Amino acid sequence: MSTDTRQFITRGALTAAVALPVVLLAGMAWAQVEGQPTPGGVGLPATVTEVGHETQFFYNSILLPIITFIALSVLGLLIYVCWKFNEQANPVPSKLTHHTGLEIVWTLVPILILVFISIPSFRLLTKQVEIPEAAITIKVTGNQWYWSYKYPEDQGGGFGFDQLMKADTDLMPGDVRLLSVDNEAVVPINEVVKLQITANDVIHSFVIPAFSIRMDAVPGRLNETWFKAEKEGLYYGQCSKICGKDHAFMPVAIRVVSREKYEEWLAESKKKFAAAEAPVKLAESNTIR
Amino acid sequence: MASSTAGAHDHPTGLRRFLFSTNHKDIGTLYLILSVIGGMVGLLMSVAIRAELMHPGMTVFPGLAQILNGADPSMATDAGKNLYNVFITGHGVLMIFFMVMPALMGGYANWFVPIMIGAPDMAFPRLNNISFWFLAVSLILLVMSLFVEGAPGMLGFGGGWVFYPPLSSNIGHPGPAMDFVILSLHLAGASSILGSINLITTIFNMRAPGMTLHKMPLFAWSMLVTAFLLVLTLPVLAGAITMLLTDRNFGTMFYDPAGGGDPLLFQHLFWFFGHPEVYVLILPAFGLISHIVSTFSRKPVFGYLGMAYAMVCIGFLGCIVWAHHMYTVGLSLNAQRYFVFATMVIAVPTGIKIFSWIATMWGGSISFRAPMIWAIGFIFVFTMGGVTGVVLANASADRQLHETYYVVAHFHYTMSLGAVFGVFAGFYYWFPKMTGYLYNETLAKIHFLILFVGVNLTFFPQHFLGLAGMPRRYVDYPDAFATWNYLSSIGAYIGAFSMIVFFYTVIEAFLRKREAGANPWGPGATTLEWTLPSPPPFHQFETLPRITGTEH
Repeated sequence: MSTDTRQFITRGALTAAVALPVVLLAGMAWAQVEGQPTPGGVGLPATVTEVGHETQFFYNSILLPIITFIALSVLGLLIYVCWKFNEQANPVPSKLTHHTGLEIVWTLVPILILVFISIPSFRLLTKQVEIPEAAITIKVTGNQWYWSYKYPEDQGGGFGFDQLMKADTDLMPGDVRLLSVDNEAVVPINEVVKLQITANDVIHSFVIPAFSIRMDAVPGRLNETWFKAEKEGLYYGQCSKICGKDHAFMPVAIRVVSREKYEEWLAESKKKFAAAEAPVKLAESNTIR
Repeated sequence: MASSTAGAHDHPTGLRRFLFSTNHKDIGTLYLILSVIGGMVGLLMSVAIRAELMHPGMTVFPGLAQILNGADPSMATDAGKNLYNVFITGHGVLMIFFMVMPALMGGYANWFVPIMIGAPDMAFPRLNNISFWFLAVSLILLVMSLFVEGAPGMLGFGGGWVFYPPLSSNIGHPGPAMDFVILSLHLAGASSILGSINLITTIFNMRAPGMTLHKMPLFAWSMLVTAFLLVLTLPVLAGAITMLLTDRNFGTMFYDPAGGGDPLLFQHLFWFFGHPEVYVLILPAFGLISHIVSTFSRKPVFGYLGMAYAMVCIGFLGCIVWAHHMYTVGLSLNAQRYFVFATMVIAVPTGIKIFSWIATMWGGSISFRAPMIWAIGFIFVFTMGGVTGVVLANASADRQLHETYYVVAHFHYTMSLGAVFGVFAGFYYWFPKMTGYLYNETLAKIHFLILFVGVNLTFFPQHFLGLAGMPRRYVDYPDAFATWNYLSSIGAYIGAFSMIVFFYTVIEAFLRKREAGANPWGPGATTLEWTLPSPPPFHQFETLPRITGTEH
């Protein structure tokens, strides 16, 4: 059995060693447009936050190689036993039904792998959940079927607006179907933005893949998450909790700009959304329970 | 039953035989027929879903809504969006409660648990009858829900099989469709609880003399664990949906924050049932795959006790990991840490099972009959689904992948490939026993090949879609996702086509009437069902068999 075991392990390792680089290469992201999905993409989207980079590392460099190795090892073993122990090759079956050493190994090795995975996993989890001192707080409310944003007064805001998907007929050149919106939310680059997320009617989920953030908008709860974008640009997301008929038609769009441009936008928006302010305030008294 | 003279040896015929049946084999057959009906409707729904997603834009459902719901052409787009949501909900509920569960638990367990443990029938034959008919009525209620109002002005409930309020409460779906769904689930739940009580009692009290628990076939072990999971968790679901029912109809506020309730309470209760439920779907497949691998390797199962207790362990762990479906609802850091840890532990007993199956084949004399091909396919696809499960167990990675097609790919690899391959493996393994006829091996293998190619083509590209961020339950998607969606739809059509091969295989077997004999699988088939003629007599084991086999 000991030679068998050795063969068992060597064969698996060999198969995986050959196949692993191929799959890894396939998993590499191709040229990506930041902030929106890449046509035919096979990997995680490009990310522009520290949490996003760590998520990339965790998935691409730790999880993906491990799961590829395991899946290919099992495939290799299956092929090997089918080839080696089919009834032509091995007409008399062995009676082996126990091997304590082997059973201990295949219990302990997965435990070790899981422990190895859990270290970066827990570190990243802590980073995602613990919110650093925020420069800007924005309140986001999910509605059937659009998002509402409120920028607080004490941070130069004091206005709110709704973000609705542009209908196909309103699309301008450069817009993306199902992702482009009428009012983009704007945040400054390299500053910690805290989002407070809730919902008015049913549960929605606020997601921006490029920031690696995802937080459910639950009526009656004020959930919090954060990001610090490192690159200017327009970043899209889509509602990710089924919320009725137009679930697929309530995208998220956040534009990251320099501090100066952000200040300009604040000033402009204050005027632009001033008319809409009163009804937003009225709605708020019903929102926070 | 009316006839008293014949007593236990009564052999009713025709309508009386099946409508009032108390015979475990007949009830098993009824369950199998129900699962074919549920599975076909669920499959047609999934084909419609994939047809819609084949190309970007609303292509199929507006037309479908006009045909099925009689929607006005001016409202067809909205009705189509709603109908899509109704279809994904219906597909999920049908496949879980009316395809996999009736096949594995109702069909195979009813048929073979009593025979495998050397019992003449189930412990409570009449309970067995009512648990089947509850499920049949439950299916009717579910189908009725499709044709009554749900969301305002729309037909059917379209909130996903998880039924989260407030979407499932009066805010999202004020119409009676959701009430029909709740009553349907109540009946399906009662059916499963009664069936589980029956199985537990049978397994604990009716094993043949000499068959200790540690000599019991692994399929019976898997059903024992499954039955316990259902008995423990279904009452929680029943409570959760009852509160939803009173919220909807009697003015309670369990899930309404306006009255001090919490929508997340429902999610916790639902997943306390929902997560064990996925093990309910896969554990029976684990059990029967062990028998098939052992039979066709002509070797006893490797590490029998490890296999049995791995299932017990999976069952226990399955009950304490529910909130890994809720990492993004705003759980505290420590709660997420605990659920990550507990969830990852499940990989260990699951790994033991995979390795033990391979070790069972190791050194064996493997004959590649159709059931064995399906079983090997099962081991591979289940491993694929398992490893992506390890990815999703990490809350930190799940933050990126939750509610995307990565999750869809993951659970379809474990369910649509795993559990379904288990169903077909069991079908081809036991078909000769149940009917007395052999099917055409080549056809069964062609069926495997087409389905294997089809489902892998359907679900493997969905990993890419999920990584790129395509959310689930979307009727339309940004054009960047078109490539993989197109391939995925092609795969779904191939998979659906394989069902035609399946039906042809079954019909051919019944027409040709090739005698199977008591044991078509040779010396590897050692469980008790192969000692009986095929099909088994209406009442078996009138003299109980005595088990003298070796210790494991």
